Parts: sequence; C-alpha cells; structure tokens
Amino acid sequence: MADKIVPVAEKRLVDVKLGELGSWLGTRDFTPNGILASIRKGHDRYYNKYINVRKGGIGGVAMLLAGYVALSYVWEFEHLKHDRWRKYH
Amino acid sequence: MLSRLVLVSANAAKNSSPLGAGLVQLSRLHTSPNSQAPVPPLPEKGGKTRHGIFPEELFQLLYPKTGVTGPYMLGAGLLTYFLSKEIYIINHETISAACMATVIIYSVKRFGPDVAAFADKLNEEKLQKAEEVKALAVASLAQAIEDEKKEQWGVEGQHLLFDAKRNNVAMLLETNWRERVHTVHNEVKKRLDYQIALQSLHRRMEQEHMVSWVEKNVVSSITPQQEKTSIAKCITDLKSLAKIQQAKATV
Repeated sequence: MADKIVPVAEKRLVDVKLGELGSWLGTRDFTPNGILASIRKGHDRYYNKYINVRKGGIGGVAMLLAGYVALSYVWEFEHLKHDRWRKYH
Repeated sequence: MLSRLVLVSANAAKNSSPLGAGLVQLSRLHTSPNSQAPVPPLPEKGGKTRHGIFPEELFQLLYPKTGVTGPYMLGAGLLTYFLSKEIYIINHETISAACMATVIIYSVKRFGPDVAAFADKLNEEKLQKAEEVKALAVASLAQAIEDEKKEQWGVEGQHLLFDAKRNNVAMLLETNWRERVHTVHNEVKKRLDYQIALQSLHRRMEQEHMVSWVEKNVVSSITPQQEKTSIAKCITDLKSLAKIQQAKATV
C-alpha cells in the first residue's frame, strides 16, 4: 500500500476505511444539486458500462429488471408477511 | 442483447435520420469547448455479467478470499437464510415467478443470438448511412480543394491573358492610326488635284482666248481692197493652172 496519501474527501467509497466512514460521509455533498449530480453520475456510469456499447448483452437490462423485482419485493414485504407458513422462526 | 434493442429503440424514438447513430454518443460528447481530441469509439462489449444478472466484479471481489465457489456459496447461504427465516415467503407468486423465469430463460437462450444479429444489422445500416454522408462530404470537400487549386493555377496564367489583351489593344490603335493617315492622304491629294485642274483650266482658257482674238484681228484686218486683189490673183492663178493642165492633157 505505497499509494500516495489522498485526503479522505477525495477517496472513492471502496477505498474508505471503516473508521473514516463518518468523516467521509461528512464531506459528501447532500444538497439537492449534489444529490442530483450523484444520481446523474451513477446513471452515466451504469449506462456507459452496460448499455452504451456496441455489442451489449442481456446483463445491462436484466440487472435493472432484477433490481426492480427485488425492490418491489422489499416494498411489498409488509403485505406479504401474512402469507408466512410459520409464526415463529 | 437486450441492450442492443434498447439502443435501437432509443434511436428510433429520437429520430431515424442518419444522425441517429451519432445521437447514441450524446452522452459522450465533449462537455468543455476546449478539447479537440476525437471522441473515443464505443467499447465493443459491455461489462461482463455471470448468469445475466450478477456482475463479474462480485466474483472477482471474492476470489482472493474464497476462490471460485465463494460467490455461489454466498448465494446458497443467503437463499437458505431467507427461506428459513421466511424473509422470502413461498406462496402462489413463487410458482408464477418460477414459470416466468423458465419461459424467459428459455426464450433468451433460444432467440437471443437472432435478436442480437438483427439489432446489429440495424445499427450497421445506420452507421453505413452516416458513413455515406461523411464520405460524400469528404468527396465534395476534396473536389472543392481540387477546384480551388485549379483556380490558383489559372490565376498564375493570367499575365499571359493580359499580354494578349495588350497586344490586341495595340493592334487596334495601330489600325486606327493607319486609317486616319490614309484619310488625310486622300483628302490632301484631292485638294491638290483640284488646284492642278484649276490651273490647267486657266491656261487653256487663256490660250483659246488668245487664239480667237488673234484670228478675229487677222480677219478684221483683211480690207475689202485686199480681198478683191487676192480673189483676182486667185482667179488668174487658177486660169493659168487650167491652161497648164489643158496643155498637159493635150500633150
């Protein structure tokens, strides 16, 4: 780990250590503009990696659909709780 | 290959002009006006995914610690946990989800390559149209360059044109001058001829006048006496001549 010392604010999330997580969150931009910018950046990264290519595969759209399925299951969980087979787990 | 359909339908939705292929690259346009470098081409293949829905990065992340079967073990463990704690509940929807998944996976595996080839063909056609436009533009510009060079070459030869024109003008001036000299010559000659005719007329009239005056004086100076004596002399001369003749005739 002989990389040069990078201040906490500029690290990407995967490089942030657990102890620095709080300070890293403090440096993030939570204004509406900042949130919009981060949403746009995330969209651009996903789009350019999986969709905006010459020979895209099924993964680009399938991952979005799978994520939608999972998310909708999470939202419906309170309603689905009544279908449980056992009361105590 | 669904992504290819997404791209194709996005193109069709935007517009179907040859610029459609260029609009796909809208997200990759230069955002600052300073960069002049050409936009890098689209990557050939997208990010890799395992079984269609799990990104390869997850497998690479877990490989150093858990080897090849790590993520599968993680999936199995999570599935068991969700099932046993009934976080994932088995109900009628599970059956319908299983049926749908079967159908989807079968259709993707069976028709995937065909759809991919079709979408590729559409993209190729769009690219080809754009290429044609570009080639046409390049050709017309090259033609313009050729014409421009020809024009420049023509300009160099223009001094020859000017020399020829100058020669023409000089020749016209010369012709004009000679015509006028000719006219002057003729006019002067006419005037001089007139003067000569006038002088000869004078001389002739003087001559005739003098001759007629001399004749008149001579005729008037012949007196009647002189006339008679001359007539009588002529008669005697004629008589003598007649006598001589008669004498000659008889002899």
